Amino acid sequence: MRQWPLLICALIGVSGLSLLIGAASLSDGDGGWLLMVSRFPRTAAALLAGAGLALAGVVVQQVVQNRLVEPALTGTPEAAMLGLLAVTLIAPGMAIAGKMLVAAAAALAGMAGFIALAKRVPRSDPMLLPIVGLVYGGILGAIGIWAAWLTDLMQYLGTWQLGEFSGVMIGRYEWLWAVAGMAVLLYAVADRITILGLGEAQARSLGLNYKQTRALGLVIVSVLTALVMVTVGAFPFVGLVAPNLVSRWRGDNLRANLPLIALGGGVLVLAADVIGRVIRYPFEIPAATVFGVFGASVFLWLLHAAPRRAHG
Amino acid sequence: MIKVRGLGYGVGDTVILHDVNLTLAPGGITALIGPNGAGKSSLLHCMAGLTTPTQGRVEIDGLDPFTARDEARARAVALLQQTPVVVSRLQVRELVSFGRWPHHRGRPGPKDMEKVEEALEAFSLTDFAERPLETLSGGQRQRAFIAMTYAQDTSWMFLDEPLNALDPRHARDLMARLHGLSRGHDRSIVIVIHDINAAAGWADRIVAMKDGRIVAHDASAALLTPETLADVFDTPFEVLRHKDRPVVISR
Repeated sequence: MRQWPLLICALIGVSGLSLLIGAASLSDGDGGWLLMVSRFPRTAAALLAGAGLALAGVVVQQVVQNRLVEPALTGTPEAAMLGLLAVTLIAPGMAIAGKMLVAAAAALAGMAGFIALAKRVPRSDPMLLPIVGLVYGGILGAIGIWAAWLTDLMQYLGTWQLGEFSGVMIGRYEWLWAVAGMAVLLYAVADRITILGLGEAQARSLGLNYKQTRALGLVIVSVLTALVMVTVGAFPFVGLVAPNLVSRWRGDNLRANLPLIALGGGVLVLAADVIGRVIRYPFEIPAATVFGVFGASVFLWLLHAAPRRAHG
Repeated sequence: MIKVRGLGYGVGDTVILHDVNLTLAPGGITALIGPNGAGKSSLLHCMAGLTTPTQGRVEIDGLDPFTARDEARARAVALLQQTPVVVSRLQVRELVSFGRWPHHRGRPGPKDMEKVEEALEAFSLTDFAERPLETLSGGQRQRAFIAMTYAQDTSWMFLDEPLNALDPRHARDLMARLHGLSRGHDRSIVIVIHDINAAAGWADRIVAMKDGRIVAHDASAALLTPETLADVFDTPFEVLRHKDRPVVISR
């Protein structure tokens, strides 16, 4: 259990830094007000977004039985983006709840397309599926860019594609608290999601309603993706890195590890945000960019370290 | 008792099972043999209620596995599929514990814990209980998966090619354990197997399949004749007797 104290210390440390560091100084004028309106919401948003993305990642990995996959490698954010584009074009005045719902529905449709593709991809080489997902996401993304170009919505696309927290203030991030609700729901079905990871025949032989459980998992992933996407934008690699680090450390029993995965994702994204604030102080680099550099390196390491198949 | 009546199954235009009729009395080990593509695995999955046949019906101890509730089915029959390519990073005890899922649905009680320990014991895994699956040898890992199936505590255990990737020592060890379980433990075991001599040595009955049909079903010693085997596998065999036990040699 030595991982817990380490992560809790990291959480406290990074949160402390996040509350203290920023372009405005806490000692000028009303520091308490600054904390309340900007720093605390920003810290909470990064933690929640990271936790949500990490949880979404581990669910997708169990569903497709491939730990090199994450929502960003399944076309899910691109599909959510297409949904958001459609809303912006057809009903620009729609309330944020409506936007969220459309984005989640579009994410679910995108995910369903990926699952249909995944069934046709041979299992023997684990690297194949993420590549297929990358191409699939690329196609959906290209459709999005084409549609945005035609309709003069390119700058919207930019805000969704590159996740960052500089715009987070009180009143503009609260939807992310729904991530906590999703996390509780996921914890309640943690055993079922772990059993999904044993494969369809085995899961069904154990009496699990496979299709229903998989559908529930994918709905949770879609909602998490949409929540993060609509409030702070897309963050590639989080769903890949956090679950993989925890899995290497502690294995795949989600009943025991979901809290660690959520905490790990939150701390990593918040750390990326804090680093983005100090690199070119007082200017900011988007957290997604910082995380991209770190995440890409971890991804390469995972590819290198991935067992090509179970050896006997 | 398992009753299979008029079972047919196909994918697209390919017929995989053709009007299969089979009655299996409880107890002992039944071996399913036959060439690749004979439909052994499909029959096993259909009998377990995991693959829906295109026609016919199955009854396991009076239960229809296709209409029964998932938990009820999973308490009557457990199937272990061929060793999966993907191995979850679970500890042995965690994996075996999932065998109790149909009984507790997420809230394990003392009886479940007891059954898990019993399964670990029965497959000599107690010393490995805390080890992650991926650190085990192929033989140990196979035992862990079978222990999970055993912990499911069903009267019928279906094992799809459990001897795959096992060396002779581990294969013998596994068959001896299964043989022991099928005696006086109320366990009936149906096993898909390619090693005919393992079937000859340990199975009470053999069901021979070819092209989606059952071509022979009898006690092991009676079924293993050169004629039947040549018919099933389209290749000549010689059958010798060693201490009342048939020994099959491919010629």
